Amino acid sequence: MVGFNKWNKVKTLAIFLLPSLIGMTVFVILPIISSLGLSFTKWDLIGDIQWVGMANYSRVIKDPNIHGALWHTLQFIAGYLPSVMIISLGVAMLLNQKLKGVVFFRALYFIPVITSWVAVSMIWKWLLNPEYGIVNYLLSLIGIAGPGWLVDADWAMIGVILTSVWKDIGFITVIYLAGLQEIPGHLYEAAAIDGVNGWQKFRHITWPMLSSTTFFVVTISLINSFQVFDQVWVMTEGGPAGATSVMVQQIYLNAFRYYKMGYASAISWVLFIIIFAFTFAQNRMQKKWGYSDE
Amino acid sequence: MNKSRMKKIGMYLLLTIGAIAMILPFLWMLSTSLKSSNVTFVLPPKWIPDNPNLESYRQVFETVPMGRFFFNSIFVAVISTFFQVLICSMAGYAFARIQFKGREVLFYVYLATLMVPQQVTLTPLFIMMNMLGWANTYQALILPGIFSAFGTFLMRQFFMGIPNSIEEAAFIDGAGYVTIFFRIIIHLAKPVFATLFIFAFMASWNNFLWPLIITTDTTHMTLPLGLASLKGRWTTDWNVLMAGTLVSIVPMMFVYIFTQKYIIKGLTHTGLK
Repeated sequence: MVGFNKWNKVKTLAIFLLPSLIGMTVFVILPIISSLGLSFTKWDLIGDIQWVGMANYSRVIKDPNIHGALWHTLQFIAGYLPSVMIISLGVAMLLNQKLKGVVFFRALYFIPVITSWVAVSMIWKWLLNPEYGIVNYLLSLIGIAGPGWLVDADWAMIGVILTSVWKDIGFITVIYLAGLQEIPGHLYEAAAIDGVNGWQKFRHITWPMLSSTTFFVVTISLINSFQVFDQVWVMTEGGPAGATSVMVQQIYLNAFRYYKMGYASAISWVLFIIIFAFTFAQNRMQKKWGYSDE
Repeated sequence: MNKSRMKKIGMYLLLTIGAIAMILPFLWMLSTSLKSSNVTFVLPPKWIPDNPNLESYRQVFETVPMGRFFFNSIFVAVISTFFQVLICSMAGYAFARIQFKGREVLFYVYLATLMVPQQVTLTPLFIMMNMLGWANTYQALILPGIFSAFGTFLMRQFFMGIPNSIEEAAFIDGAGYVTIFFRIIIHLAKPVFATLFIFAFMASWNNFLWPLIITTDTTHMTLPLGLASLKGRWTTDWNVLMAGTLVSIVPMMFVYIFTQKYIIKGLTHTGLK
């Protein structure tokens, strides 16, 4: 830069970058490195730290609690991800029509998004009350005897999924809506001239043109749902009988209830590896089968 | 009636059903919170209570320091959001505009931390805070939330899009980076500031896991935690629980009503661009 001597530049850099650099180092980068180090040790916060090598990791691989938690986390994803994507895409396509009042509907659908997970979980715990909940009452009106939801091991995860889908529809809808608005109108006009029907339009124009949006939605939803915790903790605390225990809960319990710092760190790194593997695989799949925007 | 009109009515019908599904849970919360304990469990459920009263709200405020939770949530959210926007934007500006050795490498280190889930850092942060004697303090609640690789990335992308010519004119006039940043750049960056502000505020306001770990006494609890603690005290008093939940939602609702446009715009931009 003109007229900038070295000392001035160092000073400027320090002003702009140092606060961030110190903070990132102390609160993000060092904790990540220490967590990796901790994962090879055994420590209860009081006694001495013991180096145990890979012992924590081999225990994670054998721990039935972790297996259960991973299985439930995958169940959550399998239920949550397709439901929230299909419903949100449907809503986004409705909102993308030139209808009056779209802004109003969009704002309404977004309200659960800005509500905290704890509040949403409290509301749904009451809605899903087996005897006095509104959901089972509405079901009884059409002659269905509602399940025990959160107190029934077979239904608890479905209750958690239902709640999570309800909360996130607004969020995914807004993202899909942005994707839909990027699709050039002339594609549909050309299709209309060719006499293409609604489903074909969706199949051959909308869906392929949305592929990068879908990729983005799947990526962030996948990462977020592997980290599912708040709603589970408030609604079921992992119960009944461990039916909804999830990965982050295992980290939480081992670290802050049982004070197994090393073991908890190892679980968190296993979770990271799983998330990384899924994201990587998804990325590869996108490259292989993805539809380019050009 | 023609076909396109039928189609329109059908679409409105679907949208309305969806809107009801979104709003009904909140209305039921409101309705329950206005009931007395003895009529909470009445079937069929009454949407409009016979004797609406604020008894459950009184109980909430009497048993837990709801006012304190409020203050804590607002204090933590405002301070951490302010510093996050300031620090991320300055760092983002440096990454976008100031040439220095190792800039690319450092930026990649920032990006790499984005891939690591928050849970990985929980144990070391907890240990660190305890060593400093900071459990149950505001600094423990606030500091880890300030430094954001995502925010820095967002800001850098924005500053890279601003034409150099704006600063060059100021350089010729003898202004330094600091002057340029605070006099010129900050004004250009208002929309992206708003976006980061809202995201950071929402994240702080709704944060549950970290406060759950680092606070045990009610003096430093934030609203989500206080709300979860209500659950232990009033297991089946749904009128009281719903009153507490409603109180905790109201401030964010207000913020939302006034910032709705920015939130949705911000989401759209950061999401895909």
